[in-house]
Amino acid sequence: MWWKSRFSSIGWIAYESLRVKDQGKYQPLSYFQLMEVTLRELLVEKGIITNEQVDAEVEEMRDRTPERGARVVAHAWVDPAFKKILLLDGTKACQELGLEIPALKLVVVENTPEVHNAIVCTLCSCYPRVLLGIPPDWYKSRNYRSRMVREPRSVLEEFGLKIPDHVTIRVHDSTADMRYLVLPMRPPGTEGWTEERLATLVNRDSMIGVALPK
Amino acid sequence: MLAAKYKVGEKVKVLKAYPLGHIRTPYYIRGCVGEIERVCGAFANPEELAQMRSGLPPLPLYRVRFRQKDVWPDYSGNGADVVEVEIFEHWLDRV
Repeated sequence: MWWKSRFSSIGWIAYESLRVKDQGKYQPLSYFQLMEVTLRELLVEKGIITNEQVDAEVEEMRDRTPERGARVVAHAWVDPAFKKILLLDGTKACQELGLEIPALKLVVVENTPEVHNAIVCTLCSCYPRVLLGIPPDWYKSRNYRSRMVREPRSVLEEFGLKIPDHVTIRVHDSTADMRYLVLPMRPPGTEGWTEERLATLVNRDSMIGVALPK
Repeated sequence: MLAAKYKVGEKVKVLKAYPLGHIRTPYYIRGCVGEIERVCGAFANPEELAQMRSGLPPLPLYRVRFRQKDVWPDYSGNGADVVEVEIFEHWLDRV
């Protein structure tokens, strides 16, 4: 174990910094922070990447928020031709909106009055980050990951979502190279709304399938 | 790239095997019978990638649909409820 290894200097420093209780305002780096700094500085020093590239990547990561997914959903609600492509080939449809999904394929699953879809990754925490940003902590929890495939109806009820018995539940386990997005049903009473206004209804959880648009 | 061996709608059984390593076939689905929902294309083998090898040639990847009642005999929800899992071809067998 790393904290026992006096030969691993990084582990040892981290251990020391965790042990010291009175740390004042400036906290020493944690084990993983120190590992990140060390690795990044080495890569820059060796000319493999530049600081500017790292900054750009961090910036790009911050730009990824559920609003992107909401844009896709709202567009599908108002444009039936786009929706058709989206369900056939999610990656291609997103490209049309200027959203690139590198390397992975996006599978969009549609909620209907007969079928409710929900997404989980039982093995780790695969998530459509390009469209939804950083996954919420509960998505990565063992509780959600193990129970969502086993008793989805109880889990959804805990989220406050009671799915009627006659509605089929399809749980999608994101185990390999696909990423999933739920296309929720357009709420009634929104006829004639603009795409921008519709997008404000589409919350993150409704695109994972544990909530409905608000 | 290998041509996909199974067609949409075809019944398949997931191998009930427990090799060591980085396996993307979840334990709970091993040994279960389902049906091909779609052919996703071909992707590098993650078991090989995890060993720092190329994972090539890419292997066909499928989305397989399983009835919850077939996966969990005591499942209490609607009998039509399903779970869909991505599984690489070498983990599947004809029924």
